[in-house]
Amino acid sequence: MAKIIVVTSGKGGVGKTTTSASISTGLARRGHKTVVIDFDVGLRNLDLIMNCERRVVYDFVNVIQGEATLNQALIRDKRVDTLYILPASQTREKEALTQEGVEKVITELSKTFDYIVCDSPAGIEHGALMALYYADEAIVVTNPEVSSVRDSDRILGILQSKSRRSELGLEPVREHLLLTRYNPARVERGEMLSVADVEEILAIPLLGVIPESQIVLNASNQGLPVILEDESDAGQAYEDAVARLLGEEREHRFLTGQKKGFFSRMFKG
Amino acid sequence: MSFFDYFKSKKNTSASVAKERLQIIVAHERGQRDLPDYLPQLQQELLAVIRKYVQIDDDMVQVELDRNKDCSVLELNVTLPEH
Ligand SMILES: Nc1ncnc2c1ncn2[C@@H]1O[C@H](COP(=O)(O)OP(=O)(O)OP(=O)(O)O)[C@@H](O)[C@H]1O
Ligand SMILES: [Mg+2]
Repeated sequence: MAKIIVVTSGKGGVGKTTTSASISTGLARRGHKTVVIDFDVGLRNLDLIMNCERRVVYDFVNVIQGEATLNQALIRDKRVDTLYILPASQTREKEALTQEGVEKVITELSKTFDYIVCDSPAGIEHGALMALYYADEAIVVTNPEVSSVRDSDRILGILQSKSRRSELGLEPVREHLLLTRYNPARVERGEMLSVADVEEILAIPLLGVIPESQIVLNASNQGLPVILEDESDAGQAYEDAVARLLGEEREHRFLTGQKKGFFSRMFKG
Repeated sequence: MSFFDYFKSKKNTSASVAKERLQIIVAHERGQRDLPDYLPQLQQELLAVIRKYVQIDDDMVQVELDRNKDCSVLELNVTLPEH
């Protein structure tokens, strides 16, 4: 039985696809057979981040509608051989993701995979609800910013009332906070909500803090999940998050700004 | 905390304003979360009953559900006009 993890946020553009790519790559390179599904029907993006956009023949909706088999639609990653991508459809209507269709695909994937990572679209509409419905665990991607935190709280409410686990009265979806685009220097200047602030408001366990980093854009330009940039702060922060997801204890890093010398501290004002 | 931080007021930073606003809105929205469907109807009917006796506006009756662990409290607030 696979573990199903949804990467969700409510608000758009906070880093869900970036996170889905890195978390799935991180799980797979530790030897877990992993598939990452793009639920953003109409706006497929994950294929670009994973550098497989030219290998897409069939997609998620083709499989749901019986026009292709799962094996025809799954794309095997060229870098990590235990990783597969199920791309979203570029053209179809969002409603093409029927609940029965999604269930069929997830059930079939569950037989052979260890982890199924679902990259949710933004919003709280049909696509987002489908992405979270079957989840066992949820990574709630949040930026240290008011509208993102508020939307994360709404998504938590939905996980607690509209997921399969809540509807069947099973053990609740395990929730994880992933704070991304974190800028410690701005936090220190009182210009940005701190990790502690966001943890206090959302009151769910912290999976990791990903610093705001130029590397993320560079990596996505090249179609490289940033976790594979082993030397980078963002890559290491994602690797830590994967370790914690698997139950390892790791201290949080990259929470403070550049170390300042005595003089710059003196004259900070 | 460094010596100089002492002089910087932590209270009025934009981050602390953000935190305060978030705490208020999130608490409010959690209270509104999946309220029972009958609440708006209940509110309308209560209004109708009260209007038999006193002339009040729509926004003068407020119905809120306060959920606790063992029981929920239905809170009804009626503001009466001055005579
Ligand atoms: N830690 C980070 N540092 C800097 N930029 C980042 C970081 N994380 C994400 N970004 C950038 O933010 C933008 C949005 O990221 P991404 O596409 O992952 O968000 P999303 O939540 O999937 O968006 P959507 O809601 O549209 O699906 C991208 O340009 C990405 O490069
Ligand atoms: Mg996305």
